[in-house]
Amino acid sequence: MNVGVIVFPGSNCDHDCRHVFQDVLGQSVRMIWHKEMSLTGIDAVILPGGFSYGDYLRTGAIARFSPVMGAVKTFAKDGGAVIGICNGFQILLEAGLLPGAMLRNKSLHFICKDVHVKVENAATAFTEACESGQVLKIPVAHADGNYYTDPVTLAAMQANAQIVLRYCTPEGKVTPEANPNGSLDNIAGIINPEGNVLGMMPHPERCAEEILGNQDGKLIFQSLLKAMKVKV
Amino acid sequence: MSLVITKELIAQHNLTDDEFKKIVEILGREPNLTELGMFSVMWSEHCSYKSSRVHLKKLPTTGPRVIQGPGENAGVVDIGDGLCVVFKMESHNHPSFIEPYQGAATGVGGILRDVFTMGARPIALLDSLRFGGLDTAKNRHIVKGVVAGIAGYGNCMGVPTVGGEVVFNDIYSLNPLVNAFCLGVAQKDKIFLGTAAGVGNPVIYFGSKTGRDGIHGATMASDSFDDQSEKKRPTVQVGDPFQEKLLLEACLELMAGNLLVGIQDMGAAGLTSSSCEMASRAGNGIDLDLTHVPRREPGMTPYELMLSESQERMLMVAKAGKEEECIRICKKWDLDVAVVGKVTGDGILRVFDQDKVVAEIPAKSLADDGPRYERPFSPPGYQDMLTNLNYDALSDVKDANAALLALLESPTIASKRWVYEQYDHMVRTNTMVRPGSDAAVVRIKGTNKAVAMTVDCNSRYCLLNPYEGARLAVAEAARNLACSGAEPIGLTDCLNFGNPERPDIMWQFVMAIEGMKDACEHFKIPIVSGNVSFYNETNGLSIYPTPMLGMVGLIESADKTMTQWFRDDGDDIILLGATREDLGGSEYLKVQHSREQGSPPYLNLETEQAVQTCVLQLIRTGLIQSAHDCSDGGVAVALAECCMSGPDQTRGAVVRLTPGRQRTDSMLFGESQSRIIVSAKPAQRQTVLAQAQQLGVPAAVVGAVGGASLVIYLGDERSTTKTIDLPVATIADRWGFSLERRLSQE
Repeated sequence: MNVGVIVFPGSNCDHDCRHVFQDVLGQSVRMIWHKEMSLTGIDAVILPGGFSYGDYLRTGAIARFSPVMGAVKTFAKDGGAVIGICNGFQILLEAGLLPGAMLRNKSLHFICKDVHVKVENAATAFTEACESGQVLKIPVAHADGNYYTDPVTLAAMQANAQIVLRYCTPEGKVTPEANPNGSLDNIAGIINPEGNVLGMMPHPERCAEEILGNQDGKLIFQSLLKAMKVKV
Repeated sequence: MSLVITKELIAQHNLTDDEFKKIVEILGREPNLTELGMFSVMWSEHCSYKSSRVHLKKLPTTGPRVIQGPGENAGVVDIGDGLCVVFKMESHNHPSFIEPYQGAATGVGGILRDVFTMGARPIALLDSLRFGGLDTAKNRHIVKGVVAGIAGYGNCMGVPTVGGEVVFNDIYSLNPLVNAFCLGVAQKDKIFLGTAAGVGNPVIYFGSKTGRDGIHGATMASDSFDDQSEKKRPTVQVGDPFQEKLLLEACLELMAGNLLVGIQDMGAAGLTSSSCEMASRAGNGIDLDLTHVPRREPGMTPYELMLSESQERMLMVAKAGKEEECIRICKKWDLDVAVVGKVTGDGILRVFDQDKVVAEIPAKSLADDGPRYERPFSPPGYQDMLTNLNYDALSDVKDANAALLALLESPTIASKRWVYEQYDHMVRTNTMVRPGSDAAVVRIKGTNKAVAMTVDCNSRYCLLNPYEGARLAVAEAARNLACSGAEPIGLTDCLNFGNPERPDIMWQFVMAIEGMKDACEHFKIPIVSGNVSFYNETNGLSIYPTPMLGMVGLIESADKTMTQWFRDDGDDIILLGATREDLGGSEYLKVQHSREQGSPPYLNLETEQAVQTCVLQLIRTGLIQSAHDCSDGGVAVALAECCMSGPDQTRGAVVRLTPGRQRTDSMLFGESQSRIIVSAKPAQRQTVLAQAQQLGVPAAVVGAVGGASLVIYLGDERSTTKTIDLPVATIADRWGFSLERRLSQE
């Protein structure tokens, strides 16, 4: 599989995403500078975490105007798999590829720690290697992860099983205490109605190797490989 | 430029009459204002190390692994596999008091640039912080601002802040310390130095535009020049981490391309220091044309341009003919870039503005020929009062449970989770041991190795005995690394002291240097970079001497990395090392008796070395499950930390300590050195004890992991009184949320 990792000015998890796909999963990776206009030959696109444009103005608000985003939109419209992680998720929201917006964390602080998320929908291209209801431990690292959308959109997402990951306790209970940032309905990750675009705040690339003490995040990437029928 | 250099002007530039005379001698004439400004910053204590240099020379700086010692932007140490680590620590104390967020943020920015300017990609940051007590709103404001500033800069850069330490003492209320450490990794044969070699090579400015921020002592001068049109600007620089991220990526791309001769960041003294230091190192000169320097606003004078400390700027010397390629890369990263000069062979830093020469100074005289002082030093009269403490007058502990809880809740010992959860400590996916263990550990991708890092200094020990305090700091740092499974390979220091013109402060400094020297020579740990921060005093009250150390260790096989917390119920708890009567200078005396007195703990370097060798051997042979050194709060606090600091769950422990003639408080909370708590499977007990014995290290099985409480008995088996008996849930709560609770007061 050819994975394209988009590099915006200020992206800082781009190398981590490359490392997982290339060195852990043995896939070929192309780093795509945000000024490129074409995604030819790319099978899946990753919008990595970081502080694109320094998070100035609003997270993801400037990056969505980067030249490459036109190609990303076309790629997504044509059914290509797109994953936005953290700042990548924020960019997908700003670009309108996923519904909703991010507010400042309820604590108003940047938060970096392990959290637990429940796989609410295991029938997606990004979760099919997981069991339904499985609890994954994955770290978050963000200041603006407090997901919000209007009640109508939320109801539609719930009805379409678009809420893929929700913050939960280690035992899998979705409670307010398990919610690290005040996110609506404990939302940690969502997909679009077509199911080919995923946005998630936790960083699966940070827990995909034994040496880091946790491999839960690998399941997200393995799901994608499975969906793309890639033999690992 | 017809301004007459008056005595007042010289004094306002912090130059002495003798220093001014030396300048006139060097130039063969009186300097103009720009030149006076350039000399004043380069000959300042901060840039010239004029009070410290004669003493710093005594420190050991060489070793088989050392590739670059002090004198460059950062130190470089070989880690094998064709790779090296590049690291340094620096202070940003004064700005952090005036403007906590920006002061701390730009401290992080500065240390990052020092590392990536050498060709290394920064992979880890640590911070050592000192604040006043949390009972005043002002101090809480400083803590929140500094932590947010470090987070704001480091997180955006994508460099993980993997560890550090925070100590609270009212002596730092008016003079907090912010010491930032950064480590990067580079290919051994691709180290870049700050050198302006090759006459005719172009000098290129890139990064942010130059503004009027951070011009020290310049306010007066600009007032008199600008008809008072300019308002006084804040002297604290404002950081832009996004710009620095672009600068980092641009630098590494430039360095990959065989385009550069030398490169240096513009830190303190900005354009002046970067140009004269690069020229001086190469024995060359530079012609610098200010006309092309990108600037934030019009009407800036040469004085301002040369002295501005605007952040996120670099100066590079490119290979002739490579200008266009350099400019293309900088523009790709949306950076300002301009060719601002060329290397000359005459050794003169010659500054032009619109074809006019505005400064003409031998580069070497600015960079290297600053004054050197052998300042007088003598111990203060109060030193004996500090060390003489009549312990008999202090009652022994009555309620050990309450005393332990008070210690665990004291901000210095309490969990720093509130701090480090605001730092991205995992980005770059190398963090194997996260904040909250004895040392932070990051793996080195592409190898089987890992690097451990710690920052340490007990400044109370240093106050009571600066020589012993410095030795103790070296020993503790090395012990922290050993507990992680790492062997020390190098050290960087950040020496925070008061006013060196006071003989008592100078004495503290000289003694601390001697202590560091003796300990580093014993352990064979080279000091490869560092920084001195004097004048940490407010209203005549000086901080405690704080020679902060950042020590780096190598773990040859990353899977032999150790952590401090207990792993499994039923494991033996073994105490390595001996407990003496060491209450002096302890956190316990401060918390329970409000005393910061006595002699710091006894340290024997051979004993220390043996204990460290022992724990390293136990880790490498896979015999133990955890290792944690005993420091602040003694063995009781260390045991509590072993119980509750694990990432996933807490563990209880039942322990029996057998005192000789020690007091109960000394037994539990005394800070005897060279002690490590390890845990091991009972099946390994005999082997562990035998290995310790072979190395002459006292070792005793003192208890077992298990249960829901931390229980400590004192005395032999006949004694059935639980001196300590606390549910782990209670100690974990008091320790874990203390900082948060104190900081949330209004």
